[in-house]
Amino acid sequence: MPETVFVNAINEALAEEMRRDESVFIMGEDIKRSIYGATMGLLDEFGEKRVLDTPLSENAFFGSAVGAAAVGMRPVVETLTSFMWVAMDQLVSQAAKMRYMFGGQVDLPVVYRATMYYGGSSAAHHSDRSYPMFMNMPGLKIVAPSNPADMKGLMKTAIRDNDVVIMFEDGTLFGNRGEVPANEDLPGGELLIPFGQANTLREGTDVTVVAIAGSVPLALAAADELAADGVSVEVIDPRTLVPLDKATILASVEKTGRLVIADPAHKVCSAASEIASIVAEEGFWSLQAPIAKVASEQVHIPYSPVLEKLVYPTQEKIVAAARGTLE
Amino acid sequence: MAIDKDLLMLMLRRMWLIRHFETTVIDIYAKGEFGGAAHPYIGEEAVAVGACVAMEDTDYIAGNHRSHGHPLAKGGDPKRAMAELLGRVDGYCKGKGGSMHLADFSVGILGESGILGSSLPVATGAALASKIKGEDFISAVFFGDGASNQGACHESMNLASVWKLPIVFICENNQYAVTTSYRDTVAVEHVSDRASAYNMPGVLVDGQDVVAMYEAVSEAIARARAGEGPSLVEGLTYRYEEHSLGLGRIRRGEYRPEEEIAEWQKRDPIVIHEKRLVEQGIATQEECDAVSAEVAGQIEEALEFARNSPFPNPEELYDDMFADAIPQP
Repeated sequence: MPETVFVNAINEALAEEMRRDESVFIMGEDIKRSIYGATMGLLDEFGEKRVLDTPLSENAFFGSAVGAAAVGMRPVVETLTSFMWVAMDQLVSQAAKMRYMFGGQVDLPVVYRATMYYGGSSAAHHSDRSYPMFMNMPGLKIVAPSNPADMKGLMKTAIRDNDVVIMFEDGTLFGNRGEVPANEDLPGGELLIPFGQANTLREGTDVTVVAIAGSVPLALAAADELAADGVSVEVIDPRTLVPLDKATILASVEKTGRLVIADPAHKVCSAASEIASIVAEEGFWSLQAPIAKVASEQVHIPYSPVLEKLVYPTQEKIVAAARGTLE
Repeated sequence: MAIDKDLLMLMLRRMWLIRHFETTVIDIYAKGEFGGAAHPYIGEEAVAVGACVAMEDTDYIAGNHRSHGHPLAKGGDPKRAMAELLGRVDGYCKGKGGSMHLADFSVGILGESGILGSSLPVATGAALASKIKGEDFISAVFFGDGASNQGACHESMNLASVWKLPIVFICENNQYAVTTSYRDTVAVEHVSDRASAYNMPGVLVDGQDVVAMYEAVSEAIARARAGEGPSLVEGLTYRYEEHSLGLGRIRRGEYRPEEEIAEWQKRDPIVIHEKRLVEQGIATQEECDAVSAEVAGQIEEALEFARNSPFPNPEELYDDMFADAIPQP
């Protein structure tokens, strides 16, 4: 199977969907020259009308995506998580609430592509991993892929979905390579991954590790390390946080009796918190040990690399947490 | 601009429709038939009506918190508007929106926002879609003097201008953001003065004169359709009632003298328009009175319809969240 770099998987998905559907257009800051790589070549292929560089006006263009979608377009907005704060009113008051508040009169097929750059000394203003805050807001679908194939397949599904989707793209994964099936090898000739289906990346019997976005490669490495000690780890990537495939997680915990959740977001009210709560409520009698959360410390992201590396989940923290559930 | 009698009478009809709708709303609110906030549009009818009758059915508008008038001005159904106010299933939003969200998407309404300034980007997006698709429709957005101070307002006007989008920004300057005069919050003399900063035309219009509003907005729409970009039209107007129903009971301290209210009521938009129709021999006072009476009957029917419409069923709580449904967590 051919290998694709994560960021190129985004690019392939955008290009394929723009070819397929004329109502898809993209806008954001500096996307014509593709400073982050995901929109490379799209201006040449699709032209100025469908590839729009915006002013630094997040409220205006996040909200314009809602208005354009309301009259039949399928906008894809590129941004960084850190700039979403500037546009919170449009994301919450309009994008998330509009359909329900107006009794379902309008569909809003908008994709917000929010890249999370962290772990590279970008400091507190440029390192946000904010998906849990949006999970708390009804009306948004939340996707957090961890490998190039999922990125491509989920992005294509997001663009075809008729609701507002926020794609949280983990910048720590952008350079990762992974196998992405060629279209000609796929039934139907294209890669589409449905929302709400977790991916069991590794089967195991002793501990379940649910890992999110950039924590997934760490969890897989932790599973390798633990396997050397005879501990069998099952690694599950939920892929979409809203909707969340809780059945796969609960079935795994029923088998292993132990749960570790690795989540790059801040640990209070994190995605890990929500998954822990679901398992505590619905899978309590399967548990043989307390649930362990490995999420980011509840501090802002410090600039100094010496401090920053202390904040996030690591392979070591996941290994220690898994061992803890086995004590 | 020569305007035919049918259109002049339509303006009168729609202004009366809003006036009777709002007086009925005030009455039933006082009786406790519905709760929450409600922001009457009485006194400002000429702004919405003058603007909306200048539009085609295929054009879009977005409103604000004080938006009972906008859907009615654009041809919306008062029955469904009234049912929405009463929280019934036959309301535009099946009882999920209420007073601040009386949107009728079937007549080109993109929603009304309870967050001020928040609908400007949405309307800008509809205009963007028109341009990308190469279609002929335009969008317009109504916002107040208060909302004109929001960042979203500045951002939208700038974006619309640099992209030459077919949109008309309509400021209905009723002079007070709740209790605060725009003179204390707007750095220029008129909101329309700001247009020069966005390289678009800005015109100040007598917002009590429905024909003046119609003419100014028609010109802005023509410009938009011709691909010449956005315009800012400011209708100077006045709200007769409190900011929100019931607020007068809890407000401490005066913010506008009674004489000021009385002065503005002398320039009532319906009186001004009827006087013109009669003086110019276009219609008799009896014809005007007949329009008012007929429309009053329509509002009575609307209220009857709303009162007879059922409340939503509990299981409808979860409906309409998503177009492509997902399980409740």
